[in-house]
Amino acid sequence: MSNRITTKLQEDKKLLSIYFTAGYPALNDTVQIIQDLEKNGVDMIEIGLPFSDPLADGPTIQESSTAALKNGMTTEILFNQLKNIRKTVSIPLIIMGYFNPMLQYGVEAFCKKCQEIGIDGLILPDLPLDVYQEDYEAIFKKYELINVFLITPQTSDIRIRQIDDASNGFIYMVSSASVTGSKSGFGQEQENYFERIAAMNLKNPQIVGFGIKDEETFQQATKTAKGAIIGSAFIKHLTAKGTNSVAEFVKTIR
Amino acid sequence: MNYNADEKGYYGEFGGAFIPEMLYPNVEELRQNYLKLMYEDSFQKEFNQLLKDYVGRPSPLYFAKRLSEKHGCKIYLKREDLNHTGAHKVNNTIGQILMAQRLGKTRIIAETGAGQHGVATATVCALMGMECIVYMGEIDIARQAPNVARMKMLGAEVRPAKSGSRTLKDATNEAIRDWINNPVDTHYIIGSAIGPHPYPDMVTRFQSVISEEIKWQLKEHEGRENPDYVVACIGGGSNAAGTYYHFLDEPEVGIIAVEAAGKGVNSGESAATSALGKVGIIHGCKTMLMQTTDGQITEPYSISAGLDYPGVGPMHSHLFKSGRAEFYSATDDEAMAAGLELSQLEGIIPAIETGHAFAIFEHKKFKKDDVVVISLSGRGDKDLNTYIDYFKLA
Repeated sequence: MSNRITTKLQEDKKLLSIYFTAGYPALNDTVQIIQDLEKNGVDMIEIGLPFSDPLADGPTIQESSTAALKNGMTTEILFNQLKNIRKTVSIPLIIMGYFNPMLQYGVEAFCKKCQEIGIDGLILPDLPLDVYQEDYEAIFKKYELINVFLITPQTSDIRIRQIDDASNGFIYMVSSASVTGSKSGFGQEQENYFERIAAMNLKNPQIVGFGIKDEETFQQATKTAKGAIIGSAFIKHLTAKGTNSVAEFVKTIR
Repeated sequence: MNYNADEKGYYGEFGGAFIPEMLYPNVEELRQNYLKLMYEDSFQKEFNQLLKDYVGRPSPLYFAKRLSEKHGCKIYLKREDLNHTGAHKVNNTIGQILMAQRLGKTRIIAETGAGQHGVATATVCALMGMECIVYMGEIDIARQAPNVARMKMLGAEVRPAKSGSRTLKDATNEAIRDWINNPVDTHYIIGSAIGPHPYPDMVTRFQSVISEEIKWQLKEHEGRENPDYVVACIGGGSNAAGTYYHFLDEPEVGIIAVEAAGKGVNSGESAATSALGKVGIIHGCKTMLMQTTDGQITEPYSISAGLDYPGVGPMHSHLFKSGRAEFYSATDDEAMAAGLELSQLEGIIPAIETGHAFAIFEHKKFKKDDVVVISLSGRGDKDLNTYIDYFKLA
């Protein structure tokens, strides 16, 4: 399967991926933020579909999700906002969210809509590997969506191999045992973990997320990995400086 | 039909383990070990000894004569309110702390709504000398002040959950986040029959002592093990799961669940999940869930902090869907009135959660010879402030 994610992963560079919560700061900021991120050289975007109970997220993404829902964001509205996104944006777009909103929309209907819009992949932290493989893999494949799985420092080598086998794009490598946005800087423990994973020679490249917030952490994370994802730090920046400051943020990373 | 969890933790279509990868190693370790550990002789011996000497089990099965006369059937009360710490919750925390020790964990976290599970967790942590952190919604901290004080006196740290509705759902979110942040040394003692597999099954098994005792106790009273009905209130459903467990495969026993209707099922301020919910995912399991059409979890309401939860355990969803159990819901007013009635007819002040179970008589008429066992899941000391305000007792 070839889609924008696999093509992008073949480029000879370290990838910068940015997560933001759709519908935040204002309901209709979504398209503008995506366009500005691409314009400023970001390689890939995770569009966060807000959820009322984001278990794997720290306070920053919780608060942006609550605000986005209060602004009126829904799955349907997000799909409508993104309807024409491929007329102006060509980098890979991934929707990241929790499984329940997708389940209520209908998994097949959701995937179909993603393909129509030009979404390339999904990240659903609470859709576990075995359930995906048994119930949903065929649907994801039918609509040419890449499903991205997470690994953490506690994930066993055996399971990492299973996840690698089940993946067809990249592996989302959670930098440390934490929810999003909660750690400051990387230490020896992370370095060892990054090197351990690199030495496994997985077939899928890895992109590091959780705890990336500036040039230094981006450099550390991408020493061995293919790229890194920034979420909470970007949302904090949007909160403080507003939606016109996307260029300013990206410049602080590279 | 099978009413217990299969090896993947499914009760019919409900259950499973919908967890982020960060929780996988912990949940998987528990899944692989829980049955083996809990049925080891040394575990069973220690568990039963503590239930007897420390908790004070067996809890009495008491024939409630005046209440029976009033409602025209034979009512027995399973006195979980007489357990140490004042509710059924301690049955499960004793079991889980022994499990945590055997898994080599040193730090315990828990969520709590009414504070009963928090107190029961803080108690066993004190007993075993383990660090204890309890997450509790800010709203619940305010309405259950005595239990907050008890947890602190027992040496636990009570951390407020400040997000969402600031009640049980949010306390559970915070506890799960803590577990993600502390994956190696920490065991999460879930207090209800919810969460990812194996929690619903594990909690149910630890609570099943309730129905195990009812069987032999009823035999002594009535010459038969099976009542015509067992009745329990349901939030997440741990006391109900324990009360039903040994009767699930006894078709002559009617199973009755009473949920919290809050200000009325259709008032917009309710926690009646079976009436208002549809299939969804909350806290790691697929179950009946109160949610918007868009899949956002709805903020529930009940006067009782312990029932103020937008979901229900997956076993109960299955009992509801399959028709094995009858579900009713009682409003705040009905539960309070039932609590007052029990106090004045039998001299027992129940927890407000428990009051909901006693409101069954507003909704269902029993026959004169029916033997009805009601789970008296907790005592009302913690609710005195709410009772005082509601009945203007001060």
